Amino acid sequence: MSILIDKNTKVICQGFTGSQGTLHSEQALAYGTQLVGGITPGKGGTEHLGLPVFNTVRDAVDATGATASVIYVPAGFCKDSILEALDAGIELIVCITEGIPTLDMLAVKARLEITGARMIGPNCPGVITPGECKIGIMPGDIHLPGKVGIVSRSGTLTYEAVKQTTDRGFGQSSCVGIGGDPIPGSHFIDILGLFQEDADTEAIVMVGEIGGTAEEEAAAFIKANVTKPVVGYIAGVTAPPGKRMGHAGAIIAGGKGTADEKFAALEDAGVRTVRSLAEIGDALAEVTGWS
Amino acid sequence: MNLHEYQAKGLFAQYGLPVSEGYAVDTADEAVAAAEKIGGDRWVVKVQVHAGGRGKAGGVKLADTLDEVRDFANNWIGKNLVTFQTDENGQPVSKIYVESCTDIETELYLGAVVDRGTRRVVFMASTEGGVEIEKVAEETPEKILRAVIDPYVGAQPYQGRELAFKLGLKGPQIRQFADLFMGLAKLFDELDCSLLEINPLVVTTDGNIHCLDAKVNIDGNALYRQPALAEMNDPTQEDEREAQAAEFNLNYVALDGSIGCMVNGAGLAMGTMDLVKLHGGNPANFLDVGGGATKEAVAEAFKIILSDDAVKAVLINIFGGIVSCAIIAEGIIGAVEEVGVEVPVVVRFEGNNSELGRKTLAESGLNIIPGESLVDAVEKAVAAAGGQA
Repeated sequence: MSILIDKNTKVICQGFTGSQGTLHSEQALAYGTQLVGGITPGKGGTEHLGLPVFNTVRDAVDATGATASVIYVPAGFCKDSILEALDAGIELIVCITEGIPTLDMLAVKARLEITGARMIGPNCPGVITPGECKIGIMPGDIHLPGKVGIVSRSGTLTYEAVKQTTDRGFGQSSCVGIGGDPIPGSHFIDILGLFQEDADTEAIVMVGEIGGTAEEEAAAFIKANVTKPVVGYIAGVTAPPGKRMGHAGAIIAGGKGTADEKFAALEDAGVRTVRSLAEIGDALAEVTGWS
Repeated sequence: MNLHEYQAKGLFAQYGLPVSEGYAVDTADEAVAAAEKIGGDRWVVKVQVHAGGRGKAGGVKLADTLDEVRDFANNWIGKNLVTFQTDENGQPVSKIYVESCTDIETELYLGAVVDRGTRRVVFMASTEGGVEIEKVAEETPEKILRAVIDPYVGAQPYQGRELAFKLGLKGPQIRQFADLFMGLAKLFDELDCSLLEINPLVVTTDGNIHCLDAKVNIDGNALYRQPALAEMNDPTQEDEREAQAAEFNLNYVALDGSIGCMVNGAGLAMGTMDLVKLHGGNPANFLDVGGGATKEAVAEAFKIILSDDAVKAVLINIFGGIVSCAIIAEGIIGAVEEVGVEVPVVVRFEGNNSELGRKTLAESGLNIIPGESLVDAVEKAVAAAGGQA
């Protein structure tokens, strides 16, 4: 088992024939992902990377039975693409694109709440179940099938956590990058709940950063619902207030959203926190007794 | 993106919201001419900078004569205003806003933000106007009234009326406030705002609702569909290096340490800064070269980092996902050859093509210190910058 995706997940790609869609679809296919087709309006009926191209998501779903869609379209078109995927009954949407206007995401988020579908991202590396299915832009070769569930707001920080769990031979059950935007499709608590339920996930690594209160909400959720060991890291202790640190969501506003507050909330929930991102692997070994 | 008060009030006027007659001017002569055009015998003159706390810092004045208007403009144009929200250098003043004077009965607060908790646009109103609203929210949260906007249905007049009644407004003020609320909600939605604030919103002595101040922030991600607003950007209000970095799609934030950092990914960039601090150093900056870093972007990043004289060492930390470490290595070599780097440079490569990247650097003959691991690289950079800060 794993969460969200596995070797049987049928995936389509929106923005399939564009440069990003092509590059990452090639890599997904090479990894073994069951990518079954893509959507580029106006190019329906043609082939790309040996797979069928459809005009609409509905056509693609009808023809392939896909349940997941990965989106590489430019930011200005994402709201439309996400809503189209939702309307076509896609259950898991992974949106990699960064720079989506916040008001577009408010509308999307409200729609997600009504339909009950799940979305990962935007502005994220995607989701991977090592050895089975890769949806997104993460480098596949740093992963190892295993027992740690990783959830993170940052792309390259996720890779650091992955590398440390791979180097020690723990491996990962699934890794989810929820993205660095203020209004993400899924929050820590959504993914933490899935990891708690997943039999293959024996421990969880949660990588947060400054801004917002998602980590505090996660801490409360962990305290109430998560019995598996959790290692937590928060980036941005040295970030000054009022300055946006790259991610649209990473800003300390009105004195709220500091790393120290988040560390404190996680520690209160029994999470083993690390101040150094290089110590995630060590901390995991310590809380699990793995060697 | 922040707007100046005069720009925000211009937008309010376009949406038919109650603002005073006023003009933004560049010279003392124009300031006097603006005051004459407005008429009357009393004006408010305000420096236009992207910072709060202008009043306490002397950047807002009630002028009773045209000479006072002229003196204020002469005093401030070309100078910097330092407030509790700015750094020690303050913000440059290039424009003065001259406005008619409003007689105030009571001061209220009205604002709207994208609330991350509820994932909605939320309006906030309070009878405690004119003061720091964050303090009110913290000390007396019951004094903040809220209205949550449904993203599909939009703001409704009843929500405005409800706020108006709770604020203690009376008679025609109820309708005026509800109209203002609806207008602001429309403006927020149509102009892709991330924040709107009127502090204070006042009831005038003749009983009317009036916007005395106006603050508008626009969602930077939406500027592609707001070309008129994009033109209102005032780069003089931003850090010069941050503005320069933005042109090359680099995210740069200046800090006050001695170790220049170049990292791919915002989270890892913050994590690297934290690690520098943890090992006794001080980061000179946050710099995210992004996922699709090119040779040119790396060279530009180098130039920006080195334009800070405080930088004693440079730490480059790349975890190649999409970006190949080999390409970054070429960018580093090109930049060192082009710009000339006199401080030690420590490089840690991991992920995509990291071995080739390391080999390329080693064979370049340049004095680049390889980091064997993340911690090793950070320790070497801290040592190279002169040890503990």
